Amino acid sequence: MIQLDEIQKRLLKEVADLHSVPEGAYNIRSNGQAVGRVSTANIEIIPKENGSGIDVKIKPGTKNESVHIPVVMTQSGIKELVYNDFYIGEDADVVIVAGCGIDNCGPKDSEHDGIHRFYVGKGAKVKYVEKHYGSGDGSGKRILNPGTEVYMEEDSSMEMEMVQIKGVDDTNRDTKAELKAGASLVVRERLMTHGDQNAVSTYTVELNGDGSSADVVSRSVARDNSYQKFDAVLTGNAACSGHTECDAIIMDNGRILAVPGLEANSVDAALVHEAAIGKIAGEQLIKLMTLGLTEAEAEEQIINGFLK
Amino acid sequence: MLELKNVSFEVSESGEGKEIIKNVSVTIPDNQLVVITGPNGGGKSTLARLIAGIEKPTSGRIYLDGEDITDLSITDRAKRGISYAFQQPVKFKGIQVFDLIRLASGKKISVGDACEYLSAVGLCAREYISREVNSSLSGGELKRIEIATVLARGSKLSLFDEPEAGIDLWSFQNLIQVFEGMRKNIKDSQVIIISHQERILNIADRLVVIKNGQLFKEGSKEEILPMLSGTDSAVPECAMAANARGGAQ
Repeated sequence: MIQLDEIQKRLLKEVADLHSVPEGAYNIRSNGQAVGRVSTANIEIIPKENGSGIDVKIKPGTKNESVHIPVVMTQSGIKELVYNDFYIGEDADVVIVAGCGIDNCGPKDSEHDGIHRFYVGKGAKVKYVEKHYGSGDGSGKRILNPGTEVYMEEDSSMEMEMVQIKGVDDTNRDTKAELKAGASLVVRERLMTHGDQNAVSTYTVELNGDGSSADVVSRSVARDNSYQKFDAVLTGNAACSGHTECDAIIMDNGRILAVPGLEANSVDAALVHEAAIGKIAGEQLIKLMTLGLTEAEAEEQIINGFLK
Repeated sequence: MLELKNVSFEVSESGEGKEIIKNVSVTIPDNQLVVITGPNGGGKSTLARLIAGIEKPTSGRIYLDGEDITDLSITDRAKRGISYAFQQPVKFKGIQVFDLIRLASGKKISVGDACEYLSAVGLCAREYISREVNSSLSGGELKRIEIATVLARGSKLSLFDEPEAGIDLWSFQNLIQVFEGMRKNIKDSQVIIISHQERILNIADRLVVIKNGQLFKEGSKEEILPMLSGTDSAVPECAMAANARGGAQ
């Protein structure tokens, strides 16, 4: 039985909606060490030999199973780099829940850099959820730098939900994907930065096969003095379709740079980008205030809805 | 009772002051449905925005049940029982129809409760409850949802700014029923509708005519309506098609 303290439990709840040990396969990492690991008949979690991460092997045809691999850090000053590799067998249909929560009450920076590589087999379907959360009032920063690489075989599909709503001081997210024929990638990123936080999100998606498609959408809110950069480049090398969108609300002294990029190397590539940055519309605030909400409550509702 | 005393409202237009509302004094008694009518551009909508607190008068005072509410914020006026249905409904990203109805009701409500308000405005509720209040909805749908938010508030003073604008004829029949229902159960409340639709004027207890920013006429329906028939302050239903794109701002 895994022993977790209250802070660790709270972090687990924030990043993985977990109240206790999850069902199915899991690997829980706390303060630089694995504190719990369970494999199932179809999903095998194997620690890498040098201790730098895990390999998750999902058998072909595995249906309706899940893998949880949350990371929690509660000691100030830890800095770690972890490689997690996922091999998803042909025609499997699985949910993978990752996520990292850092509680830093100390003066030193805490940093978790997770590199996730996904090898998605032919016809496989993956839903991937990754949540980031920071708490604690120490002067040390909470830093998360996720690197994600996705290699998609023919007719596979992957839906990625990336959420970072609170408390992470510094993030540099780098996501790369390569898609073969018929593969489909959907990314939904939701981000809110506050205080002096800094968040950079870069996507590089290569649509290499006919009939492949990608839809990369970010909704974000930058408050206080925070800074965000959204940089998404879709490259169409075949008869494919791609769409990228950045929709952002800016508040206080927040700053946002959106750099949507498209590169078509095939006459049959159809690529679209959209980007919009603006403050909350005055009429939206007024409408909610006529329902009896204060301006601050109205703002909260508008942002909650926007990031839902 | 709502009282406007010598209310004026001025905006600055290319450096010069332009009076939109000129010294209007009017009293809206309790237990009555009052329609404010008048030609387009006459200042009706501005008057509604002044009552809701979205605009503040340049001079004059506004009283609700004897309390001076002139300096109160939109929120405080809403808390005192003023509801306001926008002429042009506001769109949101991510906020669903249910969220908006729930916020309007000010309490925890069930999907069933919310559906009742939507059904009242002629929407097949289940289809709409989880839709986002954004441009995926038509102008008429948004408008009916807007009216449903005011119904959900169930407040003392309900103010509708051109509720018929942008609504098709079929929904208009529904709308009339909604207002007739409000008229019937008006005890301890007041309904103010800004409109120049004859059928809406017909269900009023009292009519107020605003023209060129001034109070032009005021009185019981029986007294005022005959004077308005055939003018642009009382447009018959058959002319609604032309009006369906919405009124003036």
